Amino acid sequence: MLNDQDRIFTNIYGLKDKSLKGAMSRGHWDGTKQIIEKGRDWIINEMKASGLRGRGGAGFPTGLKWSFMPKESDGRPHYLVVNADESEPGTCKDRDIMRHDPHTLIEGCVIAGFAMGAHTAYIYVRGEYMREREALQAAIDECYDAGLLGGNNKNGWDFDIYVHHGAGAYICGEETALLESLEGKKGQPRLKPPFPANMGLYGCPTTVNNVESIAVAPTILRRGGGWFAGIGRPNNVGTKLFMISGHVNKPCTVEEAMGIPFRELIEKHAGGIRGGWDNLLAVIPGGASCPIIRGEDMDDAIMDFDGMRDKKSSFGTAAIIVMDKSTDVIKAIARLSAFFKHESCGQCTPCREGTGWMWRVMERMVKGNAQKREIDMLLQVSKQIEGHTICALGDAAAWPVQGLIRNFRDEIEKRIDQYTYNSTSHGAVMEAAE
Amino acid sequence: MSVRRLAEDQFQPPAFAFNEENAVWAEATIRKYPPARQQSAVIPLLMRAQEQDGWVTKAAIEHVADRLEMPLIRVLEVATFYTQFQLKPVGTRAHVQVCGTTPCMLRGAEQLMDVCRHKIHHDPLTPNAEGTLSWEEVECQGACVNAPMVIIFKDAYEDLTSERLEEIIDAFEAGRGSEIQPGPQIDRAFSAPEGGPLTLLDEIKPVRTNLEPQPAPEGEVTAAGAPDNAGRHKDTAPETDASLKTPVTDKEGAKTQAKAAETGPLSATMKSEPDPKVAGGAGEGAPAEPGTVSGDLKQKRARKKTSAEDGTA
Repeated sequence: MLNDQDRIFTNIYGLKDKSLKGAMSRGHWDGTKQIIEKGRDWIINEMKASGLRGRGGAGFPTGLKWSFMPKESDGRPHYLVVNADESEPGTCKDRDIMRHDPHTLIEGCVIAGFAMGAHTAYIYVRGEYMREREALQAAIDECYDAGLLGGNNKNGWDFDIYVHHGAGAYICGEETALLESLEGKKGQPRLKPPFPANMGLYGCPTTVNNVESIAVAPTILRRGGGWFAGIGRPNNVGTKLFMISGHVNKPCTVEEAMGIPFRELIEKHAGGIRGGWDNLLAVIPGGASCPIIRGEDMDDAIMDFDGMRDKKSSFGTAAIIVMDKSTDVIKAIARLSAFFKHESCGQCTPCREGTGWMWRVMERMVKGNAQKREIDMLLQVSKQIEGHTICALGDAAAWPVQGLIRNFRDEIEKRIDQYTYNSTSHGAVMEAAE
Repeated sequence: MSVRRLAEDQFQPPAFAFNEENAVWAEATIRKYPPARQQSAVIPLLMRAQEQDGWVTKAAIEHVADRLEMPLIRVLEVATFYTQFQLKPVGTRAHVQVCGTTPCMLRGAEQLMDVCRHKIHHDPLTPNAEGTLSWEEVECQGACVNAPMVIIFKDAYEDLTSERLEEIIDAFEAGRGSEIQPGPQIDRAFSAPEGGPLTLLDEIKPVRTNLEPQPAPEGEVTAAGAPDNAGRHKDTAPETDASLKTPVTDKEGAKTQAKAAETGPLSATMKSEPDPKVAGGAGEGAPAEPGTVSGDLKQKRARKKTSAEDGTA
């Protein structure tokens, strides 16, 4: 188990002093000026050395992303945009960062902004997080009052942070859709290239980072990339906020080392599976879009990017949704299909039509009112949605369905058999004529 | 995708204007964005209009379009695209938004919706007879470790049971909603596990080792010791195996081989095979080094470090 000393989010449960003074007493905003004085290259190299992979789900190396920004401005301003549109079902880490540990994020914005030559940051908070937005804004105001933000501040890098918000669209978590939304349009993803690092917000160089990626940066720089890289397995390093929801005894959010075994994580922090380990049916390891894994396969699972890839799923945002044997797993996935159908932006036909189509077939499969050959058809259609859309929502909608068919095909077939059996045993009873 | 339309004309009020406080706020909000980019403020302004009136009216949409100098259709697009905007009147005392996505569903969101159907109205988004209460099922609200949960206006009520939700709805109907503490409705602090947090109990001492003046090699160790291969594609295809001799990787050997082929076209290839190995292995130091099978990261790293040290020294 990770030592408290090595946890980056020292007030994730909001039980300690949330004010600037409290945050400073826990070591935040310490030496920010010194870090900035070390220069842009030092920061980016240190971030690369830390091996931090983006915490928004895709796991792209953060230091590398920062280095994509143009070194010299061509007259256009640079922007840092923080993606706090946390809408992936199962994920609720950024919420706790914003409402309880906002100074990690604000300090991170200043440092990341300096590293990419940006003087302005927009934090795009999802519309539903109203109290979180207020808490974050209060913390930012506090920093302005203390001279840590704004022009001529104590850090020696003029920096403004504005909090913007959305209004309930999952798709705005996609970086280009987020930029569209921030520009006051419908959140429909843009084609790439041009990439945001060249043409982002208002046509200016922009980097979009997840809240957690930005919020861990100051501590990494203070303690050294080597410290962060020393936690976990190579290529999957550092600490991470895990969110454990569903059928565990004590659901919670907790910061742990990457590469913690699944069993240890659940036992130590979530009080075990409801009804014991034998009662574990399935796990969605990284938020709604990650394929489901059978419970027995999770016995030896390692919770990190590679560990989940070995299980033919994905680590995503480390939002672990646990299902015990009382779960109707087909219904659980059908609900996710309904979610993706609801959240498709409607721009690309395979996704707009396909998510609805998959949902309708899934709804029939929940009842068993389907043909067995339709299982293969569903799989085939999901493959036609995957990879044929501008953004990854098409993929995200297809993967849970594919995961279900791969792991629980027997369950679907049993349901269909049961439906057929019920309809014949009570309906048209076959009797031989006498 | 969901199809959403504005409310019918009979519900639409004739005009909309921000009240004094909100007008000041709107002015400040527009200033957050660069000049001529005031369109960015459309979502915040519509949201504030919704907070003021309870829902987004046609007049409000027109007002915002006017205010931001946007074409009306662009504001209409935004108002209908984002599902948090209520386009029809909702309950005045409480609009209960029940999260129904899988993590909440697993922990009993369906029972909560039954409570709403029973206590408020059979159909979602339809106010009850008095117009005080309404409900809807919404997609993930981002409080999954506190499932199941509902949001009433700005506050989330988490870790609910059917009974507790009934009490909450009753309280709101009686106008005593403010008396109910938002957040988890059981014995837990926010997202900490029930019964008290198990982590962050020790006193944490701030660490700033990387900022202290330190000898130069310290920095080098961190830079070299880290897996800077993060995200690098691991190529295992046989043609990229550096230990295989090809004309590209082993130019010396290729030359001798070509010479040998010239002198004795048929049998020479077989004979000359051992030659390049000797020539490439012993003769050239640098190209032969990566020739060792590149599997062990540590080995590689160690090598990198020594070469870096050589460079500095």
